[in-house]
Amino acid sequence: MSDFVDGFWSLYVAGLTLISIIACAVLLTMQHKRPVAGQKVDTTGHQWDEDLAEYNNPLPKWWMWLFWITIVFGLVYLALYPGLGTFQGVLKWSSTGQYQAEQTSADAKFGPVFQKYVAMEIPAIAKDPQGKAMGERMFLTYCSQCHGSDARGAKGFPNLADQDWLWGGAPEVILASILDGRNGVMPPMGAAVGGPEGVREVANYVLSLSGATHDAKLAEAGKGKFAACAACHGPEAKGNPALGAPNLTDKVWLHGGSLASISEQIDKGRNNVMPAHKDFLGPERSRILAAYVWSLSQPGAGAK
Amino acid sequence: MKETQYNYKVVRQFAVMTVIWGIVGMLVGVVIAAQLAWPALNFDIPWLTYGRLRPLHTNAVVFAFGGSALFATSYYCVQRTSHARLFGGPLIGFTFWGWQLVILLAAITLPLGYTSSKEYAELEWPIDILIALVWVAYAVVFFGTIAKRKVKHIYVANWFFGAFILTVAILHIVNSAAVPVGPMKSYSAYAGVQDAMVQWWYGHNAVGFFLTAGFLGMMYYFIPKQAGRPVYSYRLSIVHFWALIFTYMWAGPHHLHYTALPDWAQSVGMVFSLILLAPSWGGMINGIMTLSGAWHKLRTDPILKFLIVSLSFYGMSTFEGPMMSIKTVNALSHYTDWTVGHVHSGALGWVAMITIGSLYYLLPRLFGRSEMYSIKAITLHFWITTIGIVLYIASMWIAGVMQGLMWRAVNEDGTLTYTFVESVKATYPYYVIRLTGGLLVLSGMFVMAWNMFKTIGAGKAVEGEIPPVSAGSGFDAPAHA
Repeated sequence: MSDFVDGFWSLYVAGLTLISIIACAVLLTMQHKRPVAGQKVDTTGHQWDEDLAEYNNPLPKWWMWLFWITIVFGLVYLALYPGLGTFQGVLKWSSTGQYQAEQTSADAKFGPVFQKYVAMEIPAIAKDPQGKAMGERMFLTYCSQCHGSDARGAKGFPNLADQDWLWGGAPEVILASILDGRNGVMPPMGAAVGGPEGVREVANYVLSLSGATHDAKLAEAGKGKFAACAACHGPEAKGNPALGAPNLTDKVWLHGGSLASISEQIDKGRNNVMPAHKDFLGPERSRILAAYVWSLSQPGAGAK
Repeated sequence: MKETQYNYKVVRQFAVMTVIWGIVGMLVGVVIAAQLAWPALNFDIPWLTYGRLRPLHTNAVVFAFGGSALFATSYYCVQRTSHARLFGGPLIGFTFWGWQLVILLAAITLPLGYTSSKEYAELEWPIDILIALVWVAYAVVFFGTIAKRKVKHIYVANWFFGAFILTVAILHIVNSAAVPVGPMKSYSAYAGVQDAMVQWWYGHNAVGFFLTAGFLGMMYYFIPKQAGRPVYSYRLSIVHFWALIFTYMWAGPHHLHYTALPDWAQSVGMVFSLILLAPSWGGMINGIMTLSGAWHKLRTDPILKFLIVSLSFYGMSTFEGPMMSIKTVNALSHYTDWTVGHVHSGALGWVAMITIGSLYYLLPRLFGRSEMYSIKAITLHFWITTIGIVLYIASMWIAGVMQGLMWRAVNEDGTLTYTFVESVKATYPYYVIRLTGGLLVLSGMFVMAWNMFKTIGAGKAVEGEIPPVSAGSGFDAPAHA
């Protein structure tokens, strides 16, 4: 660990820590006074503000014990666990080590539950009641933050419960999306379509594709400029799942279907990321999760 | 305004504002407690959202209510136990008006969304500079008065007030160090985990020195005064004073358990938090045992009830604190409402109750009366507050432990049994109970305000006479006295 830039600071911190604890013990010893049986405790003789005074009672015994116990506990703890500079402690404990140990024991405990599904086809997992229930729980734990607990998504986060897929809805494709993540990139096209005026025209043309309200004259002008978009979205604007390019002729809008939001999208482009879950969830769990997600868009799945 | 009289004017100003700011701060607390149960209560107005009102609440109760109480009581105590008028001339008025300005600026800028984002240190850099100036003036006034005292020994309450003033100055200046990039925007001078560590070194010592050492100073003056008994043990006060101020300094890392903070720093924070138990309890013992031989007074005197019950809450929360700093306990309690309950058993049970008790002693003496306008109203206030605090703490304990258990529950496949929102839903009834507790405490403050204004109306502002220098005190009586 590079917590200390050089050995001096390790010694400095360790020394200061020990001195501080020992100072408490010294203070306690210095002020220790046995009560003398039968002797009446007097005040210190100092007096303030008419009647303020202080008795000189000895420290309560149980309280001193409490203090000593915490001091001894502290010293023992620092001998066992890391705390004195770079000294690792007799137990060689570390938070990283604890995390890894817990991870290993969790894998050993939960791993067998997933084994049964490794060889199963994804649609078959979706039909298995236990598999589907596990998939749903995983979805609620790992996916619902972005896609919503009903999987219907939100602005920027695709709806997973409909039939519309950016990257394809086949079981293995969904699994690939989970394992490796997806990065939907659209470059800024403002300049390519001819500046603000071009953006307005193309945006109107895009609106016309799905039959939304638009300015027919501008749309007509934008039609020709759409060539710049066709490379990804296709000449018919039906999209391209290989690139994650959305179909622009339907009524599904990931980032909003208004003239303003479409214009913004054209002008500034987009860089939309779904993180990869391969290292985090592992292939076994991702399979079960993919089965659940796939099942959501199957006929008769219904809204949950 | 004579040198033979104590300066009660500034004490009066701060004492009255303590009650006013108490109502304001707790009202904001009640509003955000209600928002947690019914989020629609922010009415979609940005200024009223939880994220902006919560820092307003903490700043108002800690620095406006608690701060004004500390100014009032420390100025009163240091004069009367030094047998000397406050030092500092115009600086005294500056501490009052300067501090009120800080509070006013906080009340404007925090809802507008100006924040440094450091907990309990949210105010932006121009206000931070004003705080630093007021605080230095406070130190000059306080230590100047100690320097001109006419009694040889410095009374124990003044040790605690002194430690609180000095340390808060250091904490505030170090933690608020920032690079300004605009009139109301700055970036912390620290980065990453160092920033977090400096923040919680500040944060925990704000609790340790602002909310503990300062209020122990209050305790050491007003409990022996109200009980009419000497402090239990001088010896104990020495040990627990030095151990307390020394050990608190180290406890901050327990706010960062299981984070990027290096393991060694977490261990050190935990060890010193545990060692802190006995020094903390030293203050409680010294306060409660001061009453030995006069326990019967507790039955009839509602002011003593406030003072002694505050110490019980102090003992409870200073036991709970070290326990929560143990890593395995912290793994359950961290980020839950248990922490919120713990803070309020300290803030309401200890800080607010000792303040209220002390003010009930102080107010009549500042206005030439022997006691408050209505003793029955004090008793009523005591019971409303106590019940309110118990409801508050108990509901947050249950809610916190429940949340901790729900968050860590896993299914046969290792997934979480509950989503986060399910734990929020399960907390709903406890949020309502907590709100009820908060409302009770707030209504108690209204009873207090009524009693205060009645007392002021029935009396008139007076100044205290400084006693002549006593023989054998080591100070020569002035020739012209």
